Amino acid sequence: MSGSAHGNMNLTLHVWRQKDAKDKGRLEQYEAKGISPDMSFLEMLDVVNEDLIKKGKDPIVFDHDCREGICGMCSQMINGIAHGPDTDITACQLHMRKFKDGDAIFIEPWRAKAFPVLKDLMVDRGALDRIIQSYGYTSAKTGGVPDGNAILISKENADLSMDAAACIGCGACVASCPNASAMLFVSAKVSHLGLLPQGEVEAARRVRAMVEAMDAEGFGNCTNHYECEATCPKGIKATFISRMNRELMKTIPCPPREVKAGGGA
Amino acid sequence: MRWYTTSLGKKFIMGITGLLMVVFVLAHMLGNLSTFGGANGLNAYAEHLRVFPPGLWAFRGLMALAFVVHIITGVLLYLENRAARPVPYANKKNDRTTFSALTMVWTGILLGIFVLIHLLQFTLHAFNAEWAHLVDAMGRFDVFTMVSAGLSNPLWAAFYIGAVVVLLLHLLHGIQSFFQSLGLTNENTFCSINLGGKFVAFVLAVGFVLIPLTIFFGIVK
Amino acid sequence: MILDGKAPSGPLAQKWDKHRQDMKLVNPANKRKYKILVVGTGLAGGAAAATLGELGYNVEAFCYQDSARRAHSIAAQGGINAAKNYPNDSDSIFRLFYDTVKGGDFRAREADVYRLATVSNNIIDQCVAQGVPFARDYAGYLDNRSFGGAQVSRTFYARGQTGQQLLIGAYQALSRQVKAGSVKVHARREMLDLVVVDGQAKGITCRNLVTGQIESFWGDAVVLCTGGYVNVFYLSTNAMGCSVTAGWRAAKKGAFFANPCYTQIHPTCIPQTGDHQSKLTLMSESLRNDGRCWAPKKQGDNRAPGQIPEDERDYYLERKYPSFGNLAPRDIASRAAKEQCDDNRGVGPGGRGVYLDFADSIKRLGQEKIEERYGNLFQMYEKITDENGYKQPMRIYPAPHYSMGGLWVDYNCMSNLPGLFVLGEANFSVHGANRLGASALMQGLADGYFVIPYTIADYLARITPGKVTDAHPEFKASADAVKAEMDKLLAIKGKKTVSEFHRELGKIMWNNVGMARSDASLKEALKLIPALREEFWQNVNVTGGNGEVNQQLENAWRVADFLEFGELLARDALNRKESCGGHFRVEYQDKGEAQRDDENYCYAAAWEFKGVDKEPELHKEPLKFENIELAVRSYK
Repeated sequence: MSGSAHGNMNLTLHVWRQKDAKDKGRLEQYEAKGISPDMSFLEMLDVVNEDLIKKGKDPIVFDHDCREGICGMCSQMINGIAHGPDTDITACQLHMRKFKDGDAIFIEPWRAKAFPVLKDLMVDRGALDRIIQSYGYTSAKTGGVPDGNAILISKENADLSMDAAACIGCGACVASCPNASAMLFVSAKVSHLGLLPQGEVEAARRVRAMVEAMDAEGFGNCTNHYECEATCPKGIKATFISRMNRELMKTIPCPPREVKAGGGA
Repeated sequence: MRWYTTSLGKKFIMGITGLLMVVFVLAHMLGNLSTFGGANGLNAYAEHLRVFPPGLWAFRGLMALAFVVHIITGVLLYLENRAARPVPYANKKNDRTTFSALTMVWTGILLGIFVLIHLLQFTLHAFNAEWAHLVDAMGRFDVFTMVSAGLSNPLWAAFYIGAVVVLLLHLLHGIQSFFQSLGLTNENTFCSINLGGKFVAFVLAVGFVLIPLTIFFGIVK
Repeated sequence: MILDGKAPSGPLAQKWDKHRQDMKLVNPANKRKYKILVVGTGLAGGAAAATLGELGYNVEAFCYQDSARRAHSIAAQGGINAAKNYPNDSDSIFRLFYDTVKGGDFRAREADVYRLATVSNNIIDQCVAQGVPFARDYAGYLDNRSFGGAQVSRTFYARGQTGQQLLIGAYQALSRQVKAGSVKVHARREMLDLVVVDGQAKGITCRNLVTGQIESFWGDAVVLCTGGYVNVFYLSTNAMGCSVTAGWRAAKKGAFFANPCYTQIHPTCIPQTGDHQSKLTLMSESLRNDGRCWAPKKQGDNRAPGQIPEDERDYYLERKYPSFGNLAPRDIASRAAKEQCDDNRGVGPGGRGVYLDFADSIKRLGQEKIEERYGNLFQMYEKITDENGYKQPMRIYPAPHYSMGGLWVDYNCMSNLPGLFVLGEANFSVHGANRLGASALMQGLADGYFVIPYTIADYLARITPGKVTDAHPEFKASADAVKAEMDKLLAIKGKKTVSEFHRELGKIMWNNVGMARSDASLKEALKLIPALREEFWQNVNVTGGNGEVNQQLENAWRVADFLEFGELLARDALNRKESCGGHFRVEYQDKGEAQRDDENYCYAAAWEFKGVDKEPELHKEPLKFENIELAVRSYK
């Protein structure tokens, strides 16, 4: 497939290859030939992989699914930038026209202690799930809830909440943070729910539980570099981090009783 | 869970102790400007500070506490942050962060060392024991002569100017960072606080750097 | 065999209430003794797992992605319908029911659709309580917009990310149950077999996509929420991992597959740019409110759009459907675009595209207004195509989007295999032959939050919990069969890659079983697919081993199933000698209008698998319309 003239760009890739979690891993060099500027970045990797398979080599493993920028599965550090050199997009929506013929491209996995590499560019982001499990929800049970219009929500708060809720949980914020901190992710959830009357009831418990869970996963601390905001594919603002700081600070004078999160029968 | 054991709590501590020191530094800088009033100005100012010794010592105690806590917490944060990414990127580009933000721990350590030397030099007179006995015409401790003596030396002048540059770097990130870490920014104020923080840092730096410069070049006598 | 959908008797509006009264319950103290496996964590699966866990059942949930938050429900843009009648525009449960049945071209079960319309209102309330940030007006009330196929404004939305927000709501509810210990999530697992013991679904066999281990899981019931199968066309708007595998494996174990030929082709997608294309991106069909579809009148006209004078443009939708114009329904707009391209009048690379032109609207309303309405879509279009939709017309082309068909289920969402429940897009139940916009989200959540919690109890109450566990020999037999298949795939080491086979299958399906199907094309497909399947098993090259992450193996399995399933899809299309909704047979039309045959085909076609290369057996479930009169859809 490769070389069979999709287009006329030739690139040199330096791709992180790592057999499994235990392997040390290394950058390996590949040629991507006949790349079309209309390809998405992942389609370029597809072409390279088809070529590797034809040569009897192991194709590059990378996470991807929806390929339209919303599932949050793709996770690549492209030339040192999470999701690559374009704004407000994920790697799957990055197109090759952002590169020039002859370019060298470094592709690495998200790097953080909390995101162990599983293979090549694929990492384990279970830490983000566990943070949500700690209290990233409202404790509303199915059924028995009031009418959707029973509690009014100001448009300003609903919109701001939606800004935070747009998070796709891809982990680019962690990957690009010089400290591998997950603050933008956690603050987006704390803000999304805290801005709504339905979520505000549990705000104090939520922020405490989620911060504790975040710390337990081994993420770094936020030191206000704002790299997260710069690479977030959904444009989530670092001011949500400030909001979370405020939320936690509010709990200091009168801490909630020890958090026993969760529901169930 | 105790709040101060969390990552956010540590940031609060950094912010609050940092703010205390910034306020001190600001006052110190303003006080230092009395140097431009010559010997009379500076010595009078120094005399004022010692009017109420318990107050002076309480203040010194608070500053020492903030200083120590700020450094310990800062180093802890640095170590934790390093541990959070055991395998570094072969290629990493930063877009938003600054040299100042990336070097906080180093500028912080340099400032810590500077403060110790500064105290040794002008408070404990460790390098020039004779300074302890300087007295001006009005019988006050002659700070002005001491400072002039110190800063006329090109090495010391360069040392202080260098320290101001380090302070500037530290505060360019530090001041606005305080507001973010304590949750005092929002969508509307974020940019102005960021700029304001940098502005204050520059004002401080200019205020401080004037003293070694003017003394060294003999503008203030 | 004549199938019975088990719709309860009595007046339409009371069927569900009456049925709930008639169903058995499981004592709260006994619920934890029952283990339920939920496969898939999209809207249906996430909602079902969360709710069942909350009720106290012991739930295990499975997804192939790395997290339960990533299922393709997340990509839905437009919104979710509900019969709230907040805008006071005369909406009602009955009207939503009627629109859905009519939109589905009268090929759905009345009782199921009515229940869906009934619980639609609860869904909105539930989502609001979960913290879904639906759009609101300045007074703080929920906002609505209108959508295709309805004359009322009943669609609730959260910017252009409604599916995402609803899924996150379900995911959060699910996460709460994980914390509480009632649900265990197994991510990065692909279901590869259904374990059936004495005719009842009792477990699944999975591959752990990280370690490569083949794992067995037992449960007292299995709930499949595994989405649709339009990736059988290779290029579609579905996620790369979407497959028919779970459903097809269940079908091979005896579950009937209903109406596979009902596939929806969405008209406003960004066209393919070349052979490298891996998926197609959808843009909301709301664009057709202000955009005009046209193609050059001259064949092979490759001038830039701006160079083509007005009188050499064919505004084909306005010409053919003067009253609906550019707002003709999805299936019609899609077929019309294909006709233009088949006539060598398509535009863009490969001539597979038509123009969607906003010049007139921009002249009339100003660019600012257009930007306000569709800014995000224009931006998305530009990111992908590098073309500015304000300056030159967009290029669009239809793409496979949704599958109305799926595993056959009765009113309880249970398949013909007792203990196997199927929810959401994976089942065939409510959309008939065509789905209306903003109804897929509604169905997934309705099934998961408000149907399965009741109906599953009726089944569970009749069985003894934990009677069959993974110690049963059937589990080992299933795991061994899966392992043998895996070894076989890895041992072929042929010359062609998995993607090459998938692409070839896609071409066969798209050309012969796509938007326009004929007796000849379908027979052609029925010849080509088995041949390709045979070649696959001789000549595919699956690299890597089994004890590791092996995405080639994952894909090979999915493609292998598509190669079997595609044949069934074509066979169903061949059997259905009528045109209805998404199924268009060129022989059965009235000047381009789909011609239904209610006399002979007013039934759901449920196919029973009889073996690969053997003809499946057709079972019919007659569809009775007691509350709606069958009518012809016309858009002229």
